[in-house]
Amino acid sequence: MNKIVKYVTIDILKSKVVLTYLLFLFLTCFGIFNLDNNTTKGILSLLNIILFIVPLVSLIYSTIYIFNSGEFIELLVAQPISRKKLITSIYAAVSLSLVTAFIVGAGIPVLIYSPDKIGLLFIITGALLTLIFTSLAFFGSVITRDKAKGIGMAIFIWLFFSILYDGILLLIMFQFSDYPIEKLIIVLSSFNPVDISRILILIHTDYSALMGYSGALFKEFLGSQKGSVVIFAILIVWIIVPTIAAIRKFIRKDF
Amino acid sequence: MIDIKNVNKKFGKLHVLKDISVQIKKSNSVALLGPNASGKTTFIKCLLGMLIPDSGTIEINNQSIKGDYKYRNIIGYMPQIGRYPQNMTIQQVFDMILEIRKTALSSADTELMEAFGLKALFSKRMGTLSGGTTQKVSACLAFLFSPEIIILDEPTAGLDPLSSEILKEKIKHERSKGKIILITSHILSELDELVSEIMYLREGNLVFHSGIEELQHRTGEKSVSKVITSILKTL
Repeated sequence: MNKIVKYVTIDILKSKVVLTYLLFLFLTCFGIFNLDNNTTKGILSLLNIILFIVPLVSLIYSTIYIFNSGEFIELLVAQPISRKKLITSIYAAVSLSLVTAFIVGAGIPVLIYSPDKIGLLFIITGALLTLIFTSLAFFGSVITRDKAKGIGMAIFIWLFFSILYDGILLLIMFQFSDYPIEKLIIVLSSFNPVDISRILILIHTDYSALMGYSGALFKEFLGSQKGSVVIFAILIVWIIVPTIAAIRKFIRKDF
Repeated sequence: MIDIKNVNKKFGKLHVLKDISVQIKKSNSVALLGPNASGKTTFIKCLLGMLIPDSGTIEINNQSIKGDYKYRNIIGYMPQIGRYPQNMTIQQVFDMILEIRKTALSSADTELMEAFGLKALFSKRMGTLSGGTTQKVSACLAFLFSPEIIILDEPTAGLDPLSSEILKEKIKHERSKGKIILITSHILSELDELVSEIMYLREGNLVFHSGIEELQHRTGEKSVSKVITSILKTL
């Protein structure tokens, strides 16, 4: 681990924002598990909160961090270090600290109350979502120069994947409800990392049976070993593509 | 030696550097002057590879800097505004840059650091430092690796008189060792003993670049500020 990664990680972990995030996750998890004795139900309630909070915090925090470190990144660009190494080090540091906050804050309570496959799946998905939205935030902040625009873009990305996308899907489902569109919906859902994570957890619980025909189809398509592999592959593509795009933009960026 | 040929840089429609060609030889200390928005910082950033020129070539010691980053090993840079991560200590900042430069603190040039008394503040967080102390950290970083080329963007802005005197002494000392020094400043009076050449930019054009003695001879004035004002009157 090089020293940029090390010290930037320490710098972020010392900031109150990440600590607050960690505490929030910790308290929410304990709170929800204590509300109900049924841990699967607890995981599902938690899922709805996590799927909103994790992308939001990862996007906004990373964006603000990059813009606030603008002059510092400029100073490092003027040092004898390749830009590729510089941006990957900063990405590694930011995502490492956010993933650590998630694993400590949400991972510990989940593993205490639900030390099984679903609990583990939940933690892995949360960590992957953190990485995905951090890299989207990096891409957004590399292509804009203006802080307000950058944060606006981060909020829009969050709004799009958390709310708008589902709205569009619902609209399609209602409009074309007379047609067999289940497969199309599966394909469209897999373009959204938030949806695909939700489906991944849902189909591994018994609650997928309550979703009727679509639930059964989802389970058949994605519940198998192969399906899980496909979902993880999609999530990893969602990490890699924005990261590579951000690196390529950063190498040519004017400071 | 720095050799710049026909460098152009545009930001959208704004033509910031217009066909600049300059040669700066060893042991020269150059003052880069010009009104606001004349392209001084853009010029420096092109040298540092922070900006990529639209056309033209920049060579340092006969090597083109395009696509390279290792050449920056011989450059020390002090930015106009230094801002560092809030929770990082001075020591961590030094440590990080030392690692990038693959140098140990024991073999680095810590003269300035000692003169500013920064060692006593090593465990302080960057966020708690005053503007002047942050400037001192930036200055120390620029001189730490005994670079062949030292680029200072408004070095004394924000420093108290005593500290800026220390910095000026250090600049003079480095100049006597045969290094290339590039300084931008709006305070002309402080450049008197520091520079041997003056480069004047206006609206992206290089108005003149000549040795200070020649300029003094041409204008009959002695101090840098009087030389510049009398030249600007004749233009």
